[in-house]
Amino acid sequence: MLHYLNQHLAPLPQAVVGRALIENVSRRSFLKGTAAGGGLVVAMQLLPFKAAEAFETYDHGGHAMPHGVVNNPHIFVTIDPDGTVNIMTIRSEMGTGARTSLPMVIADEMEADWSRVTITQAEGDEPKYGNQDTDGSRSMRHHIQACRQMGASVRHMLRQAAADQWGVDVAEVQAVNHEVIHEGSGNRAGYGDIGQAAMALDAPDIATIAYKDESEFRYIGKGQVQIYDLHDITTGKAVYGADVHLDGMKYAVVARPPVVGGKVKSLDDSAALAVPGVEQVIQLEGHMPPAKFLPLGGVAVVASNTYAALKGREALVIEWDDGPHAVYNSAAYTEEMKATAEQPGKVIRSQGDVDAAMSSAAKTFTQTYTQAHMAHIPMEPPAALANYADGKLEIWGPVQSPYGVRQDVSEYLGVPIENVKVNVTLLGGGFGRKSKCDFVHEAAKLSKEVGAPVRVQWTREDDVQHSFYHTTSAERIEVALDADNKPTGWLHRSVAPSILSTFAEDSGYQFFIEYGMGFADMPFEIENIRCENGQAMAHTRIGWFRSVSNVPRAWAVQSFASELAHELGRDEKEVLLELIGSPRIIDPKAAGMPEDLWNYGDPYEVFPNDTGRLAHVVELACEKAGWGKEMPEGEGLGLAVHRCFLTYVASVVHVKVEADGTVRVPTVHTAIDCGFPANPERIVSQVQGAAVMGMTLTFHSGITYKDGRVEQSNFSDYDVVRIDNFPTEVNVHIVPHKFETHATGVGEPGVPPIAPAIANAIFNATGKRIRHLPIRPEDVRDA
Amino acid sequence: MIELTVNGEARQFDGDPETPLLWYLRDELQLTGSKYGCGVGLCGACTVHVDGQAQRSCTYTLADAAGTSVTTIEGLSPDGNHPVQQAWRDQNVPQCGFCQAGQIMQAASLLAENPNPTDQDITDSMVGNVCRCGCYQRIAAAVRQAATGA
Repeated sequence: MLHYLNQHLAPLPQAVVGRALIENVSRRSFLKGTAAGGGLVVAMQLLPFKAAEAFETYDHGGHAMPHGVVNNPHIFVTIDPDGTVNIMTIRSEMGTGARTSLPMVIADEMEADWSRVTITQAEGDEPKYGNQDTDGSRSMRHHIQACRQMGASVRHMLRQAAADQWGVDVAEVQAVNHEVIHEGSGNRAGYGDIGQAAMALDAPDIATIAYKDESEFRYIGKGQVQIYDLHDITTGKAVYGADVHLDGMKYAVVARPPVVGGKVKSLDDSAALAVPGVEQVIQLEGHMPPAKFLPLGGVAVVASNTYAALKGREALVIEWDDGPHAVYNSAAYTEEMKATAEQPGKVIRSQGDVDAAMSSAAKTFTQTYTQAHMAHIPMEPPAALANYADGKLEIWGPVQSPYGVRQDVSEYLGVPIENVKVNVTLLGGGFGRKSKCDFVHEAAKLSKEVGAPVRVQWTREDDVQHSFYHTTSAERIEVALDADNKPTGWLHRSVAPSILSTFAEDSGYQFFIEYGMGFADMPFEIENIRCENGQAMAHTRIGWFRSVSNVPRAWAVQSFASELAHELGRDEKEVLLELIGSPRIIDPKAAGMPEDLWNYGDPYEVFPNDTGRLAHVVELACEKAGWGKEMPEGEGLGLAVHRCFLTYVASVVHVKVEADGTVRVPTVHTAIDCGFPANPERIVSQVQGAAVMGMTLTFHSGITYKDGRVEQSNFSDYDVVRIDNFPTEVNVHIVPHKFETHATGVGEPGVPPIAPAIANAIFNATGKRIRHLPIRPEDVRDA
Repeated sequence: MIELTVNGEARQFDGDPETPLLWYLRDELQLTGSKYGCGVGLCGACTVHVDGQAQRSCTYTLADAAGTSVTTIEGLSPDGNHPVQQAWRDQNVPQCGFCQAGQIMQAASLLAENPNPTDQDITDSMVGNVCRCGCYQRIAAAVRQAATGA
């Protein structure tokens, strides 16, 4: 996300498997190339690829990320004399398994025995390691190739070192499960014996590397490798942001202005300073957006332990000057957005002539869908430890982008970047919150002021009330129908304050990546399509939340598709598949999509919008869920599909609606096509978790403002799905692919279909259509 | 002076008796396996055993803990192989892992009191433990496994 924001702002444009059921897919597409003039020319191939051939065409967006992708095995792999293989991991672990899965790919390709592999988390150093920004569901898709290259290189180096030692031809030496073997002579050596010599060799030319055949994979695509930290997590030894201890460290909490951009008008800290253990009260300068991740400011209480700091903060007497954002009231703002959506907006996509389609329509059908803000509330609230000493700064924190933090903190404190070190702990959940390093800035600033290591701990209330929020939105969709009820025109107006407002002067308009998330790239096969963006000025810090704008877009488009089917008295699945239309690779130009159509930063020719794959996941989820079956009174199935992060996901949700408006979700069937499934067990786990987060955002996640202040504070009024009512059985159906079908995103794409699928199911169970998120029991009850 | 036992070791505390046990464990004893998640007893990330009963250490004060025996995730099993911990690993429960110590302590306390819980017993016992990653399906399976050994 950060990279694309920077790109946008740049002055010049720049270019167990558990319940996993691997399904057969009847067709496989591989896009070979593009031709000028008549749009995309697509070659559908059904040929099996050898790994080397697959690699020749393995392009992806990782190379275009800051500092690109590094595939130098000498940076990532070491082999100890005792045979321990240590692999550097460069992705922050927030629950996706990326910290384990990428080293697993290296280990497999180098024929290392996983039980003898250790993992080291890289500190923030992109010039050395390549891009480390763990965000955008891109760990596997941008790094699987480099990991295979490094693993294959090391395997070659091990064989070469053995061949040199034994005086035999390298072609006769095999590397198998942590051993090199020369069958002719009977020589064999463990990786510990030959590893030092092997790693002293130059890495082979990438073009000459021999990769394993997929049939030889031990771990890749299998799903039996457990996450590296599993034992530590279950024994309390795993280290998260607040778990690092330094001698002499201080503990700080901060009272932040209740309204974004507010300032301290008056402060009485006498009672706070009288609390035993409280050592200092320090005012922090705040920053009015756009200020990227600079802190909100306020008053810090520094103490000898966390409890003293908290008590000290309670004892502060602060009068705030709220500033201009005190005008923010969610109820009124939502009505304003809906009104804006009734007016023409800035045209983002235009295909055909929507006005003509509307004016010649036999009838039109219009609905508007809204959503409140959401906060990420990872289980671990933000926390970081900083130690500024002798002009150098060292940080320990749960951060998604350690090098981004290093750059930002260096600039914030005026410490040269070479004097800033960022150590990445485990993240107790991220979901986008820990891409934003305001909490690290606070710790760094306070450590410099106090002259000691300082940990800043955010409380849950801090987290709920001072986040970078998922936007709030109104999405209005109007369709023109001809006399045969065939859709001939599609007008979608999106109104939502933009993430960009956190980074640059707010125009009220969104920017290319928000347009690219289920809006301008909307895949329906309708002759005339226009997408417009209406203005919405931000009054809080807008950030990105797992799946980002795909959440409101899937909410709107997939609810609308269901409503349209009911309007026409037809089956929702049939109508949805008709809207998706023929199996095709969408030609963005012919479809009137924007020139800078965002494809998640990856080349469109390699990761095109393939409606065949989209329709396939619909069919698969429906087949598994028994779509069309009779449902008992008060129960219903709901369907939704969405492509995001280059992955296709459809969910069919079964709901039971109780008399008091409580909605239960006994089963979910989710079909996911994420290209080559590199670690199916973690894919299942991500998709199961996405169903839970999707249900939470459907029923609970409403952040609202009154006079500029967030009205919620903790799990008491900003709750989440719990074990008493959760998607009880989430069945994940992974569409199988060979390696040449590039791995795509997994962390985020499972979320967006859930809310519309649930709302569609509620309608099917009760006849009640709900068009605002979150859904409250009274919305359901008052049917 | 408050006296208590933590993971089998005798401890003395002479600070503010209203200090929540959580901050004493984390800041003073550096037993960081118990996590801060909400501070008001609504998420369960801080769950420990006090005289064998699951308690939210973020709201359980040192005054409350006087004379008790406290067990944290670090002390649940000498080798980390309590049946609940094993079941958690067998079921690949965690994603980010942050809430899991609290979940495990809650489940261990349930099974100590009720070795054969029904699904409803599991729900009733675990409802106070939040997992934002959404691992509930596997949490429920792991508790059942730990109970039945299968």
